[in-house]
Amino acid sequence: MFGWSELTPVLPELIILATACIVLILGLFTTHEKGGLLVLTSIAGVVFAAIATAKSHMGTQELVKQVLFNGNFVRDYMGDVLKVAVYFIMLFVFIYSKQYLRNKNIFKGEFFALMLFGLLGIMIMISGYNYITLYLGLELLALSSYALVAYDRDNAQSNESAMKYFILGAIASGMLLYGMSMIYGATGSLQIDQISAAIGQSQDTMLVVFGLVFVLVGVAFKLGAAPFHMWVPDVYQGAPTATTLFISSAPKIAAFAFAVRILGQSLDGVFAQWQHIIAVIALLSIIIGNLFALQQTNIKRLFAYSTISHIGFMLLGFLGGEEGYSASMFYIITYALMSVAGFGMIIVLSCKGFEAENISDFKGLNQRNGWFAFMMLLIVASMAGFPPLVGFFSKLYVLKAVVDQGFYVLASIAVIFAVIGSFYYLKLIKVMYFDESESDQEITAGFDVKSILSFNALLQLALLLFIPSILGYCIKAIESL
Amino acid sequence: MNSWSLLSLLIWLPIIAAFAILALGPNRAGLARLLAMLTAVLTLLLSIPLWQNFDTTTAAMQFVEKVAWIPSLNINYHLGVDGIAMPLIVLTTFITVLTVLSAWKVITKNVHQFMAAFLMLEAFMIGVFCAQDAMLFYIFFEAMLIPMFLIIGIWGGPNRVYATIKFFIYTFFGSVFMLIALIYLYMKGGSFAIADMAELTLSLKEQTWIFFAFFLAFAVKIPMFPVHTWLPDAHVEAPTAGSVILAAIMLKIGGYGFLRFSLPITPDASSDLAGIVIALSLIAIVYIGLIAMVQKDMKKLIAYSSISHMGFVTLGIFIAFALIGKSADTNMALEGAMVQMVSHGFISAALFLCVGVLYDRMHTRKISSYGGVINTMPIFGAFFVFFAMSNAGLPGTSGFVGEFMIILSSFQASFWFAFLAALTLIFGAAYSLWMVKRVVFGEVKSESVAQLTDITKRESFILAVLALAVLGLGLYPEPLIDVMRVSVEHLIQQISVTKV
Repeated sequence: MFGWSELTPVLPELIILATACIVLILGLFTTHEKGGLLVLTSIAGVVFAAIATAKSHMGTQELVKQVLFNGNFVRDYMGDVLKVAVYFIMLFVFIYSKQYLRNKNIFKGEFFALMLFGLLGIMIMISGYNYITLYLGLELLALSSYALVAYDRDNAQSNESAMKYFILGAIASGMLLYGMSMIYGATGSLQIDQISAAIGQSQDTMLVVFGLVFVLVGVAFKLGAAPFHMWVPDVYQGAPTATTLFISSAPKIAAFAFAVRILGQSLDGVFAQWQHIIAVIALLSIIIGNLFALQQTNIKRLFAYSTISHIGFMLLGFLGGEEGYSASMFYIITYALMSVAGFGMIIVLSCKGFEAENISDFKGLNQRNGWFAFMMLLIVASMAGFPPLVGFFSKLYVLKAVVDQGFYVLASIAVIFAVIGSFYYLKLIKVMYFDESESDQEITAGFDVKSILSFNALLQLALLLFIPSILGYCIKAIESL
Repeated sequence: MNSWSLLSLLIWLPIIAAFAILALGPNRAGLARLLAMLTAVLTLLLSIPLWQNFDTTTAAMQFVEKVAWIPSLNINYHLGVDGIAMPLIVLTTFITVLTVLSAWKVITKNVHQFMAAFLMLEAFMIGVFCAQDAMLFYIFFEAMLIPMFLIIGIWGGPNRVYATIKFFIYTFFGSVFMLIALIYLYMKGGSFAIADMAELTLSLKEQTWIFFAFFLAFAVKIPMFPVHTWLPDAHVEAPTAGSVILAAIMLKIGGYGFLRFSLPITPDASSDLAGIVIALSLIAIVYIGLIAMVQKDMKKLIAYSSISHMGFVTLGIFIAFALIGKSADTNMALEGAMVQMVSHGFISAALFLCVGVLYDRMHTRKISSYGGVINTMPIFGAFFVFFAMSNAGLPGTSGFVGEFMIILSSFQASFWFAFLAALTLIFGAAYSLWMVKRVVFGEVKSESVAQLTDITKRESFILAVLALAVLGLGLYPEPLIDVMRVSVEHLIQQISVTKV
């Protein structure tokens, strides 16, 4: 049996698990109209989890790294910072998805229960300290995501993309497990710190490097980095927007943690081997993501390709040493905030029987609603990395870390493709501001959703004041690993 | 007034006002105009103490503000002005008032957004001139693009989308390499402060790379041959007020960048490569001057004339390297470049406003559609002729002062530089006066010209103010030169010491 003292550090996970179960049961008794209760319960669960996470940082005492459950689980500063970021993003996700599900008439309790299970998976991925725990977290998230993608049952596209997602995800999991088993064979352990110690002592890293390649393929698959990105656009487009909203934001943070734990913490001994692979994956993602995004007419697909390029940028930071990890961490947190706002905008502009998923649906938005056009401008400009929005600073910080290590060519190529990429963001701004509106569709979203979305978009500006503190958290998080 | 917050006030007042105007919504156009005017005037008034309290005896930064912003990257909110930046800030606040006034009646669509975009633009441009932290400079430098992109794209002419995207991509592409250079310099010296970067020891190879990175950014901005092609498109499609701001101030940021970054940070590379820049400047002066002559569109003609005149600025800046140590007139070259920038700010603004006046009445910019305008618009005709003369560099107008200073100093470097540069006096006169001849003089060309009404009080006020400025600077440029003298001398000291 576990004692209470062992359970306190995992209180946030327990709260989310309990909330998921409650929502699942409540969903059975809640009618369509009263769905607000489910959203409220989910939000309350996340808020309680946030309090539980933040409580240990309130006092003057620094959080000490705790490894629990026979080395399966770790509670550390990085985990807590990432979890708080995830909670914050989940609040936006819940509120936007409520609006979407109502519009589409598919409001059911399972949706929120699945999201909460996904959130639990994310939290376990963030805090796993053993390859098996990490894998379990990953699969919990993945299984919830497969179901969420297929959630719109009567929609063929939704089903098709779920199928693709599932098959490719299963292959990736296979690769990952195969690689992990080889690393286990070489080091005799599955626990992060023991693997790292074993690699440090051994002379021959052949088998580890062999396993590493498979693990990297698995990680790249899950992150959606090129050349393993094929599923991303199809899934983003086919999934209900509320699901896309989810899978494009919080799980990316989990994937970052997953990659840091595996590459940065356990396989740091073979950095010399994986840095080239990561460099190629990162550059390919930036190049492919930006070039393919230029062609898109569907905005969900466009965001999918833009995600690929953002993931590339995030991976670039992995080459920059300790500073690079904190740069990547800052990058992925700010990116998740932008992404959630971008899909939130699609949801707000949609209404009953109409989904604003083509770029042409944004035509003349400035005439229809100047305020939301301006909000979208902020989001898009931040994604493109135009100063003075926060997206610029996250790119700057990654570039700085990379240049610091002497990768000038890499940084230059990344910047050139960021400029090329700015073109499709500009195209979006152009469509909103310069084109004539084709419909005079009113924005029917509720006041709550509208104001939350405005808040989310204005954060791209307001975060400028908080960059030092957020960066400070990220740096401290990586230092305390 | 506490002098230490003056620069911040100049930057943040327009930004706050811009948000307030945006919040007014589309239905209160009158109030939006009024509020924008009030802010612009207030900013202009605030920039007067900047001029008055400016100490002309020191090259040190004045009105300095420094607050740590992002400590982990050592980025500071660090503002300050010297004699090079200060006149350009006052020019910015001055021109902004006139542009707001010029757009008063003309802009009827989304007035609140237009005014907000202009105030934002003003704030960012002042920020560019004030920033003493390279990253802050870069942020303002890039942030300008979005309001300008929208101004051309929303309120521009028929081909506006092409023009505005071209403008954006050109300038954005040019400037990202500057970002990499800045990061490199930060790695090297551990500071983003421009002053610290100027002190850094760099090998010639490093300097050359950094020079080209900066050069790309500023050469596109100013713009120099052969990366000038975005400017005619942007000018032709932009609304009048947008053209005015673009020509009068935005182009100057390129010249300012050369003086603030390229020269002090990479003096040896600048000296080595000055020949290339001088050659490109002379090509701009001569070749672009010839191109201007054959234009059929008035705005395009003025746009090309701008490029040609900006060639003088780069010529003046880089001819200084040929004179260092040889002649006491090194100052004159750089001062000439500065005077030319300010003067071109007045003249190009006035010319674009004149074209705007005609366009508002006739809705065409084709030179061939006009003729004999003087018969129906005598006051306007007088102004137009005057500004065209000053564009051609008539002695007594500000256009003469800068060009003369630069020609004089390039004479000491080489007779042929001076010869080619002096050709502009002929070409400039040719294209300016020929345009005036075809538009203003002659027989009344058509029915619609016959029905033209002369300029309103508002329009004549704007043009009269600019005419006074052009005359004032032309007859007595000493106050302007006095302000920048010490700073220019300091800059020459910086560039005459090798950093290798």
